[in-house]
Amino acid sequence: MSAVANDPRDRGGAGTPLLDVRGLVKHFGGKGGLFGRTGSVVRAVDGIDFSVAKGETLGIVGESGCGKSTTARLVMQIIKPDAGDILFDGEAVGSAALDLKAFRRQVQMVFQDSYASLNPRLTVEDTVAFGPRIHGASAAASIATAHDLLHRVGLEPRRFAGRYPHEISGGQRQRVNIARALSLEPRLLILDEAVSALDKSVEAQVLNLLLDLKRDFGLTYMFITHDLNVVRFMSDRIMVMYLGKVAEVGPSEPIFEKPGHPYTAALLSSMPSMDPDNLTQEAPLTGDPPNPINPPSGCRFHPRCKMASTLCSHAEPELAEASPLHLAACHLVDPQSGHPRLAAA
Amino acid sequence: MNSTSAPIVEARNLTVDFAAGRGMIRAVCGVDLSLKPGETLALLGESGSGKSVTLRALMRLHPKSAKIGGTIQVDGEDVLALSPSALRAYRGKTVSMIFQDPGLAFDPVYRIGDQIAETVMRHEGVSRAEGRKRGLELFERVRIPSPERRLDNFPHEMSGGMRQRAMIALALACRPKVLLADEPTTALDATVQIQVLLLLRELQREFGLAIVFVTHDIGVAVEIADRIAVMYAGRIVESGACRDVIRNPSHPYTRGLLASRAHGTLGKDERLHAIPGSPPDLSAPPPGCAFGPRCDNFIETCAADVPPEVTVTTGHMARCFRLGALAEQAEPLAAE
Repeated sequence: MSAVANDPRDRGGAGTPLLDVRGLVKHFGGKGGLFGRTGSVVRAVDGIDFSVAKGETLGIVGESGCGKSTTARLVMQIIKPDAGDILFDGEAVGSAALDLKAFRRQVQMVFQDSYASLNPRLTVEDTVAFGPRIHGASAAASIATAHDLLHRVGLEPRRFAGRYPHEISGGQRQRVNIARALSLEPRLLILDEAVSALDKSVEAQVLNLLLDLKRDFGLTYMFITHDLNVVRFMSDRIMVMYLGKVAEVGPSEPIFEKPGHPYTAALLSSMPSMDPDNLTQEAPLTGDPPNPINPPSGCRFHPRCKMASTLCSHAEPELAEASPLHLAACHLVDPQSGHPRLAAA
Repeated sequence: MNSTSAPIVEARNLTVDFAAGRGMIRAVCGVDLSLKPGETLALLGESGSGKSVTLRALMRLHPKSAKIGGTIQVDGEDVLALSPSALRAYRGKTVSMIFQDPGLAFDPVYRIGDQIAETVMRHEGVSRAEGRKRGLELFERVRIPSPERRLDNFPHEMSGGMRQRAMIALALACRPKVLLADEPTTALDATVQIQVLLLLRELQREFGLAIVFVTHDIGVAVEIADRIAVMYAGRIVESGACRDVIRNPSHPYTRGLLASRAHGTLGKDERLHAIPGSPPDLSAPPPGCAFGPRCDNFIETCAADVPPEVTVTTGHMARCFRLGALAEQAEPLAAE
């Protein structure tokens, strides 16, 4: 946190979240479907609020189709939101105070596919130097920055600077992507499944590297993954998404120890047990994650939920406090909701 | 299951070489496998460790240019000597396979029910109606909702988890004795993965299947396997009963893999015990033990020769010269 406090770029002070997202919505399709038909609407992100404090790591988890990657792309302004505000350090992104170029310098992203996200015709050195060059640094200064960063992510410039992406391994490529993301000295790094494609022994190295970089550069992370062990290890706070909505958000420990939402509980108990004498006997959820095209009414999780009542099928729960700073969108968390199981307890 | 029954899969000194550029690359170098009916063996390893290559060799799925050495016996047949027609009968009937991507296992332009029926007709000479009936039974068995209607689906009309179930149904259509599974749950969400693992466990018990399950995920291996074989750079470096390998990992690589996992008991600001370096380039493997360059316990002997199998306990072996020294500094890595 101390590195963050001394950041000269800081505008709002320590109390202002670095990223503040309000009412974010993104629907895909709809008008003008294939052959002019009215296509169906994919409610990828359907009204979410969250914030990321300076210096923290927010982990985002959920099944495929829950909207976690869409959220990342919306924050990064790769796709335009249908509605909602994104405030970066208190300023609206795209406003006069913070234009897109200035915003992008401060927010960078690392993707899952380390190969597809590199230009195959640029050497490692040129890849990392490209950003600073575009943002006005001299050629010599950009190359010097690149060499520093390559060294910092564990790629000796003398050996790696002149290589092309196809000449290095997946783990090394992901290090290049991280170095490139850092080349503009961003404050927020969005990591979208950045370690998911790596072998386990290499994944651990890259996770350690990310922890070191966060400390040394005073970074803030948005860490998106489907691996619950990894997210627990990396995150200060966790946001669980389900069908374009926030199901639960809060500090890591309470979420893992005492999840407030039945979906989070099911997700956690879907993890392989790692204990040969205590194997999983029953799948916590049946069926596949439902389709965000026609999300269920009421609570979107109710068709798969063991606790569901008729209330859940027509009334949509709001985020309510499950424990301090820990919110869950479930009627069971809200004592006033009238869920029959609350009366029974 | 029956500890006295003869192995149904037995591979001895299996090697697989691929032509690459001017030379040959040895992807699998001397693997021994033995599997009894009703037993599940997990082949655990990272990319390039030779786990999938080993699996494919059991079904002779490699291109002609690949050279397979050693012996493979499955259900009393010498797999490497099978004629093309015998091989066609063998695939699907004695041994069948499921893959990571079910999209590739199905033909996209035929209905799934027809594809299953065709397999049954081809192997058992029954009528199409009979084949379809089998398809329906299997769809019910793998718990695909509204199975009758789903048989008429094209592969793209199903979700990922359902397609994986349909592929399992296809693989089991002719009641094979051995199922080869190549990372069948890797592309699935955790919530669906556990469903498929439980289904496989159940089907295995019911059909008495022997399963070879390739995975890179230790947690998945623990859920499914009776025995685990850890592969590194084309060799099995450690194998034994699942419990023994997880509770008492003996090879430095296995220990490293277990220690490098992020898991719940780690404190904040703790670092992972990562294994340094990366897996070796198979076109220029290091001399002796392939893990040597990444190993904390490396001594000169390690580079001189490939370590032999050393027995840790009955049925549990590791290929390491330093087992004795390591056992002394052993810290029990109990599962959390």
